[in-house]
Amino acid sequence: MNILDIINVGLFAAAIRMATPVALAALGGVFSERVGVVNVGLEGMMLMGAFSGVYVSYITSNPWLGVFGAIIVGGLLGLIHAFLSVTLRGNQIVSGTGLNILALGFTAYGSEVIWGSRGASANVTSIDIIKLPILGDIPIIGDIIGSASPLVYLMIIIIILTQILLFKTPIGLRLRAVGEHPAAADTAGVNVLRMKYMGIIVSGMLAGLGGVFLSLGNLGLFSYGMTGGRGFIALAAMIFGGWTPLGAFGASLLFGFTDALQMRLQSLGILPPQIILMLPYIITVIVLAGVVRKTKPPSDYKPYEKD
Amino acid sequence: MTDSNSGDKEKSWPLRTLKSALLRIIPQILAITAAFLVGAIILIVTGYSPIDVYAAMLQGAFGDEYGIGQTLTQATPIIFTALAFLFAFKCGLFNIGAEGQFLMGGFAAAIVGISFSELPAPIHILLAILAGALAGGLWGLLPGYLKVKFGAHEVITTMMFTYIATYLTSYMVNYPFKAPGWVAQTVPIADSAQLPRILPPTQLSASILVAVALAGATYYILQKTTLGYEVRASGLNQSAAENGGINVKKTIILAFILSGVLAGVGGAGEILGVHYRFIQGFSPGYGFDGLAVALVGGLNPLGTILAAILFGALRSGSMLMTRVTHVPSDIVVIIQALVIIFVAAPRLIRYLVGRRSKT
Repeated sequence: MNILDIINVGLFAAAIRMATPVALAALGGVFSERVGVVNVGLEGMMLMGAFSGVYVSYITSNPWLGVFGAIIVGGLLGLIHAFLSVTLRGNQIVSGTGLNILALGFTAYGSEVIWGSRGASANVTSIDIIKLPILGDIPIIGDIIGSASPLVYLMIIIIILTQILLFKTPIGLRLRAVGEHPAAADTAGVNVLRMKYMGIIVSGMLAGLGGVFLSLGNLGLFSYGMTGGRGFIALAAMIFGGWTPLGAFGASLLFGFTDALQMRLQSLGILPPQIILMLPYIITVIVLAGVVRKTKPPSDYKPYEKD
Repeated sequence: MTDSNSGDKEKSWPLRTLKSALLRIIPQILAITAAFLVGAIILIVTGYSPIDVYAAMLQGAFGDEYGIGQTLTQATPIIFTALAFLFAFKCGLFNIGAEGQFLMGGFAAAIVGISFSELPAPIHILLAILAGALAGGLWGLLPGYLKVKFGAHEVITTMMFTYIATYLTSYMVNYPFKAPGWVAQTVPIADSAQLPRILPPTQLSASILVAVALAGATYYILQKTTLGYEVRASGLNQSAAENGGINVKKTIILAFILSGVLAGVGGAGEILGVHYRFIQGFSPGYGFDGLAVALVGGLNPLGTILAAILFGALRSGSMLMTRVTHVPSDIVVIIQALVIIFVAAPRLIRYLVGRRSKT
């Protein structure tokens, strides 16, 4: 066996692919936490996104409508989370955990009702890989990022746009102010409640988009619990990335690389699969333990009450 | 629901205790009712009769002695995991990884149960349970240590350690400890390590007695000991606790270890009392049920037992329910999640009721 069988351009291409759902969900985490609400429900929002995308594609044979549906459903879950934690001032972590379990049960139930199996859906039309002109023809770089799912390119565009939105525009300033100093933002005339709702709904939409990449991005099917803890890994990526879109993207690349490496090693069969499958979770713990002390969350996450 | 300050001089204290207990129970009952109602809507939309489904569930869970025995069997592991969640929660910690601690405890107990077959039964059982407690405690210590030492948030780490435990135990029963045959499981434990069954032919074992005893112990530790006081004080306000001379870091670590021990003993009880060997995937998610049960039980050890019986009934009733009405068993998971969501925001019920009375 040659080391180049493992580490080659294919590995880097796979790393970017595997980073995409994590990066989108981590970005979702950024939006929620920037407005001062912890979103532990990312995992469930991803799972529901993955499921609804497949369902819509199954009904319409149009995977792009599936993507749209996943974003809507993710946003709806965000709305529920916002209602529970902002309006009703419920416990954010309990609410998010409830949404995670709801998503797991609901998608398994739906899968059995619709496709007769809780384990996996029928095969549906997935989103085809596209090859970029010019960039796709450059050696090495073209092999890594020249051809991929359009959702990968969409993710990169969203990361850049949200980085600008959050840090270079007035609306981004207002969003961040709501998490950092809600009372000051309120005094300055910002509608704190509306901003919080917006942040959390956007958070759900991004997680839904991340989830649908898992189901429609390459395979074109939904399987039970297919997010496999990526929502939690996304939370770690968000923290590792210092609560910024670009940082979250960078951290997701690391996790994507681990995931890609894990799949490589599995296909080689040199270690038992269970050992290799542990890798991404162990790396997440190590990364989390290694960096958290150096970062400071952008909010104290307390519900805001007007005096 | 026994209030610790029952030494009240007022003559009406039994009435007041009853009233406060009712006030605490009513929101939980409303939350459960609301969850079943939303579940009914989902059933109707997907073409099932909620009356048939719920009737079959009830029949399966409480219809005869066997059903009741199976309900209690299903409730047993959930009491442990709920106590695990509760104990950490009282310290302000979210141990959502009881599932991992439960698995590790079960595996350690299985290994001890397989070995030392020459030991007399009570000692062998004790040793196996102790191994479960140790393994669970270790799996609780890890996220606790990472939190105290590095500030790593336990919601993420306990989840990660659950995945790691799942794959680690799966590796163990697929490779080093695999029994001959197709199934990923260990060989059976020795007879001397088996917990007695207390209601044959159901699988109800003496593990439920351990669970109830630990519920009592949890109550006692939290309410009557210095450690319990420190746990609760750290949970309410960390800086105030620290100013009051409590070593919060140490308390967090201890709370995590004990939380893991509770879940680990639950895993041990499940292996020694029900399965008699470690089988891959033997837990249908008892660790996650624990969170819901602790919340529905009002974060009170006694309430936890009652809520665990309810959730045990959901699981045991789902078998007959699926057989009779062919509804996917995951409706049970949906109802559990809805209960969590309704309990998460106590104001939700008030909000809904208030809305209706206004219009």
